[in-house]
Amino acid sequence: MIWWQDILSAFKASGVAMVAYVPDAGHSALIAACVADKDIRAVPLTTEEEGIALLAGAWLGGLGGALLMQSSGLGNCINMLSLAATCRFLLPLFVTMRGQWHEFNPWQFPMGQTAQHQMNTAGVETMTAAAAEDVGPMAAATLDMAYSGGGMAALLLHQKLSPVKTFDQGDGR
Amino acid sequence: MMEDRRSDAYPLARRDVARQIIHGQDDLLVIAGLGSTAWDVTAAGDRDLNFPLWGAMGGAAAMGLGLALAQPERRVLVITGDGETLMGMGALATVALAAPANLSIAVIDNERYGETGMQITHTAGKTDLAAVAAACGIPVTGVVRDQAGLDAALPVILEATGPVFHVIKVRAEKLDFMLPSKDGVLLKNRFRRALLGPQAII
Repeated sequence: MIWWQDILSAFKASGVAMVAYVPDAGHSALIAACVADKDIRAVPLTTEEEGIALLAGAWLGGLGGALLMQSSGLGNCINMLSLAATCRFLLPLFVTMRGQWHEFNPWQFPMGQTAQHQMNTAGVETMTAAAAEDVGPMAAATLDMAYSGGGMAALLLHQKLSPVKTFDQGDGR
Repeated sequence: MMEDRRSDAYPLARRDVARQIIHGQDDLLVIAGLGSTAWDVTAAGDRDLNFPLWGAMGGAAAMGLGLALAQPERRVLVITGDGETLMGMGALATVALAAPANLSIAVIDNERYGETGMQITHTAGKTDLAAVAAACGIPVTGVVRDQAGLDAALPVILEATGPVFHVIKVRAEKLDFMLPSKDGVLLKNRFRRALLGPQAII
């Protein structure tokens, strides 16, 4: 099994019926699988904060979801997290991390290095999966903390899990 | 800076507009944007199937979208302000792409930020939010400027195959607060109990 398939399996086991996302390289295979899944409504967003409000509305209507994002996307969400925090909307987040492992783009460092701290400050429980075999159990635990615990929980997917991205054009830069 | 004060003379009054849209629509699921529109829907009659926001500015349309996708057999109304809509305009593209047939967005547009001192918004003579929505791909859009326009728009807002987006120009006026509960958990739970039954709040 590839780790993203373990997240999809956890979604199915928890009855996740809506997955909101901004396109992301680290989540690309999972997003494609969610789009293809007849039991999941996949909703592309223009910015991650829409996903917080979207999933709050879906839960008002009785439907549970999950939000996929990159660490930089967390920075777009801070005020909207107050909606989930104040009303205790269930909110599982799956965050592919940048800026922590062979990162070539320094513009990813600020959110990559502070996303977990900022989530904790905003009231989101976090755990980090740095090895592929940990992703499935941690995805299940994250969904359980959101759905059964009734709150905001995030699984941070360490940059080690994603392919190393470069703009290397083969000339040694 | 010269301020555009045209909206002081617009014929429609926001509380009356909200009441005309919601009154008698017992099954309508309502998300109200923070500030004046939350007070407007409460003045029209506090109801369990209202979710008035006290924060989360820019999130009302996306929240209505989630509700509409979860409840495709029910009509969902997002009633919100021009300032709230301006803060989350990308959501109009997201709504257009998801294309829920049961979602209507009504922007009560007084061209002012009402809660912060009635400063003009970008819609005061400049930004046309209905044109923005149409350009985003929302199929049914319109601008209402008077009672005749509202009479024509009401069946579209309440029944047309959507998504629907209407701007309703209302006069800029400061009104008494009509406050719903500010307890978000209470608002959530009463809405879910009314919609989904008592087991939904265990």
